[in-house]
Amino acid sequence: MKANTKSGKLTGLSEKSSDIILVVICTIILFIVAYPLYYVLIASVSNPYDVYAGKTFLLPSQFTLDGYKSVFADPSILTGLFNSFKYTIIGTVFSVVVLYLAAYPLSVKDLPGRKLLSIFFIITMYFGGGMVPTYLVVKQTGLINNMWALFLPGGVAVGNMIIVRNFFENSIPKEMVEAANIDGASKWTTFIKIVVPLSRSIMAVMVVFSMVAYWNDWFTSMIYLPSPNKAPLPLVLRNILIKSSASASQASTISGGFAELNKMTEMIKFSSIIIAALPMLIIYPFVQKYFEKGFMAGAVKG
Amino acid sequence: MSRSKTAAARPVSQPGGGSLKKRLLDNWQLYAMLLVPVVLTIIYKYIPMYGIQIAFRDYKASRGFMGSEWVGLEWFSRFFSAPTFGRMIKNTVLLSFYSLLWGFPIPIILALMMNQLRFQKFKRVTQTVLYAPHFISTMVICGMIRIFLSPSGGLINLIAGTSVDFLTESGAFRTIYIASGIWQDAGWGIIVYMATLSNIDTSLYEAAKVDGASLFQRILHIDIPELTSIMVLNLIMSAGGLMNVGFEKVWLLQTDLNKATSDVIAVYVYQQGIENAKYSYSTAVGLFNTVINIILLIAVNKIAGRISEDTSFI
Repeated sequence: MKANTKSGKLTGLSEKSSDIILVVICTIILFIVAYPLYYVLIASVSNPYDVYAGKTFLLPSQFTLDGYKSVFADPSILTGLFNSFKYTIIGTVFSVVVLYLAAYPLSVKDLPGRKLLSIFFIITMYFGGGMVPTYLVVKQTGLINNMWALFLPGGVAVGNMIIVRNFFENSIPKEMVEAANIDGASKWTTFIKIVVPLSRSIMAVMVVFSMVAYWNDWFTSMIYLPSPNKAPLPLVLRNILIKSSASASQASTISGGFAELNKMTEMIKFSSIIIAALPMLIIYPFVQKYFEKGFMAGAVKG
Repeated sequence: MSRSKTAAARPVSQPGGGSLKKRLLDNWQLYAMLLVPVVLTIIYKYIPMYGIQIAFRDYKASRGFMGSEWVGLEWFSRFFSAPTFGRMIKNTVLLSFYSLLWGFPIPIILALMMNQLRFQKFKRVTQTVLYAPHFISTMVICGMIRIFLSPSGGLINLIAGTSVDFLTESGAFRTIYIASGIWQDAGWGIIVYMATLSNIDTSLYEAAKVDGASLFQRILHIDIPELTSIMVLNLIMSAGGLMNVGFEKVWLLQTDLNKATSDVIAVYVYQQGIENAKYSYSTAVGLFNTVINIILLIAVNKIAGRISEDTSFI
């Protein structure tokens, strides 16, 4: 301990002062990242006129939940919210199952054709048909305006599959798989009874990745689900956030004239951002500790 | 007794042993598992690749990929002579290049700093917050950007006391795109570096401290060498995707007035192909972009192979 402080002094910067500098810099970075989100949060519960007058830098002004009330009174946003939940749940179950079905066989070292099958999948990471040919195939398979258009063409998320495959190769004890083989368990039984339960951590990460991807997606829906009542939340929000236009349903329910309508539109912007962002921001910290492990298992081949 | 002996003597999984037919039969369940992923990949990845040929044909829905009339390089020459061709190439390359220039070093610096934080709880909270923006939809991010940059009541103008409409200034577009990109993804980008740094034996740091190495010297001589191979790999992968400017953010931030810098190939492919239903033309433009990317990818992979042996993902 003594040696440490002494050597620190020799080089001009003690351990303690470098610690302080680091903490200060990290706090500034924390602020830069967190403040925009915090600002949207307080603006969403403030009087919109005060927001536009710059009175809500630190704390809400004239606290109100009107923005949230009008979001939940808007049928198009509610439909979008419902669609988003539906697509996220079904899509995540489907994607993770397909991911596991692909990753496990490819992790079995003595499977004939394993290398070739891996390449078959990996090629699609680097080369694809492009937007229009894919669109035409989706159309020909009858998926336009069908929610499966969101799940089937994405099919196998190859990058994630490699992470899971490498996890199976490196983190499932071979002795357990061999013991199951000796006991006469079939490959499928081994997969279900041993491999799946032992891979819960990576599965949690994949579930979260998949949920985030489906919850946040709007481009696939924009192309493949043109019917407005099939739009997920982000696509509904496009009218409000990007085009800055109030939906017809808002215009008809608000009686206070143009200024009032404008005010509501502004409030809805802030509260709908919070509603769209919050679910995923709540979920990811639960699997955060697995991110690094997952990336190590995936990125570096053992 | 003798039975169990023979069972134990026989290799269980028979790697390389047994006839191929027997090994295929032994593994039938594994092949059955692969059925769904393989079929999906063939239909939705490989058939579209086959459909790329419509870039050389005049595609008519009634005649299909194969039956449509062959027109050779007509669509390509039309694209090369499009009035915005030069502008789109330039914007695509520059947007991507500047993103890489700023976006590449920042996560590394962040990871090096975070790795030195000794207060575990503070470190964990910082990491959690830094990851947050990555989990937000592009749509929401672009909505926030538009709110913050609004000429009336936007946060930036409120702080600066001005009323500039940033999204109508073509000079500001790249800065907006890149800065918001860093805000959203630099935190997430540290993971791979943090994971690599966590491999370092802590006794190395102790030894360096005893030898009188400062914090900066420890980072320079212990941390950075550890990160070199993953840094090179990351740089190479991004360089290979230089023409891959994502469609979503550009499209959501584009206005009629900032097109001089925001007009990129990906947006053009969407507008021509999906909005205007010019299927063959759009496919040709997309193919042109892909071909350049593949050339870049092969070139950088060659360099990668020379630098490091373990950079292959396969």
